[in-house]
Amino acid sequence: MAYQIKVNGTDHSVDADEDTPLLWVLRDWLHLTGTKFGCGIARCGACTVHMDGQPLRSCTLPISAVGTSEITTIEAVEGPEAKAVQDAWVAHDVPQCGYCQSGQVMSAVALLREVPKPNDRDIDLAMNGNICRCATYVRIRAAIHAASEKLGG
Amino acid sequence: MRSLVILLTCAIAALTSVALNATNKALPTTLQPVSAFATIKDPKARSVALFTEAGKVIQHPRCLNCHPATERPTQTDAMRPHEPLVVRGDGGIGAAGLRCITCHHNANFDPAGVPGNPKWALAPPEMAWQGKSLGDICRQIKDPARNGGRSMAELVHHMAEDELVGWGWHPGGKRTPAPGTQAEFGALIKAWADSGANCPA
Ligand code: FES
Ligand code: FES
Repeated sequence: MAYQIKVNGTDHSVDADEDTPLLWVLRDWLHLTGTKFGCGIARCGACTVHMDGQPLRSCTLPISAVGTSEITTIEAVEGPEAKAVQDAWVAHDVPQCGYCQSGQVMSAVALLREVPKPNDRDIDLAMNGNICRCATYVRIRAAIHAASEKLGG
Repeated sequence: MRSLVILLTCAIAALTSVALNATNKALPTTLQPVSAFATIKDPKARSVALFTEAGKVIQHPRCLNCHPATERPTQTDAMRPHEPLVVRGDGGIGAAGLRCITCHHNANFDPAGVPGNPKWALAPPEMAWQGKSLGDICRQIKDPARNGGRSMAELVHHMAEDELVGWGWHPGGKRTPAPGTQAEFGALIKAWADSGANCPA
């Protein structure tokens, strides 16, 4: 059946089965391949996008449940927090293989929007659903602190 | 060496399945009706027996998982720590940046094996049940300071009607449901309240 969904500010009509995960739609229908498939069972965070500004594991939501919510992916996330995170990620040379990093960035941006000056515990609690097989965790935490400082948090 | 590794792996797998089966076997699947307790003449003993029967639900992993002793929920019949590590946070809806709704939505989503309900949340710390005796849980449930300020009537309503409580009998997927039905459970709690709400020791 055809679903109307709004992704990165653009309306799309997607003809998919009702239980198709949003992640599949983003990658295979809309070719927004920045969002990654890691596990498909809400365990890794690689598929993190924003739904109405809140972080969401896109492998856990069927297309039929998106409704009028606005989806933002790594390709279009913007604003001061996103800019600060992107700059800090470059400055701290955070990614290694990079596979988990779009999910990491989406979670980090969402955290900073809600908690402008997170402490280590805030960061750990927000980020530990995002697994990194290259174990870049120490750099991720440092980069989030740096982004927070840049934002004046 | 290789065969030793294979042997060990098989042994561990076998032990794990024995342990899991043991857990499953021990879990009750049914509840006795209120009428089954009518023969107990002493009202206090009857009240205690009714709550003890309701305790099959209250102390079932399906219910205990979201009434943890710590700030972290547990999962599965084995009640292992929730993966990923999540915490109760303010209002029981998770920490900033990793709320329950990051993964748990309005309905179960079986392709990802993720359960859901519109009211998905953890019980508050004062309603922690894990690690407590049924008697202690009983006294806690009756205490408005530790039961969300509920009167006995509101408590009965919560147990018998609440949607998230009710999810425990229809968890879907491969999850083991709470024993009996919510209506049977609600009837036991009501009969317990009506008979003086006495608690096991
Ligand atoms: S792919 Fe969604 S959490 Fe791993
Ligand atoms: S950078 Fe390789 S998985 Fe995170």
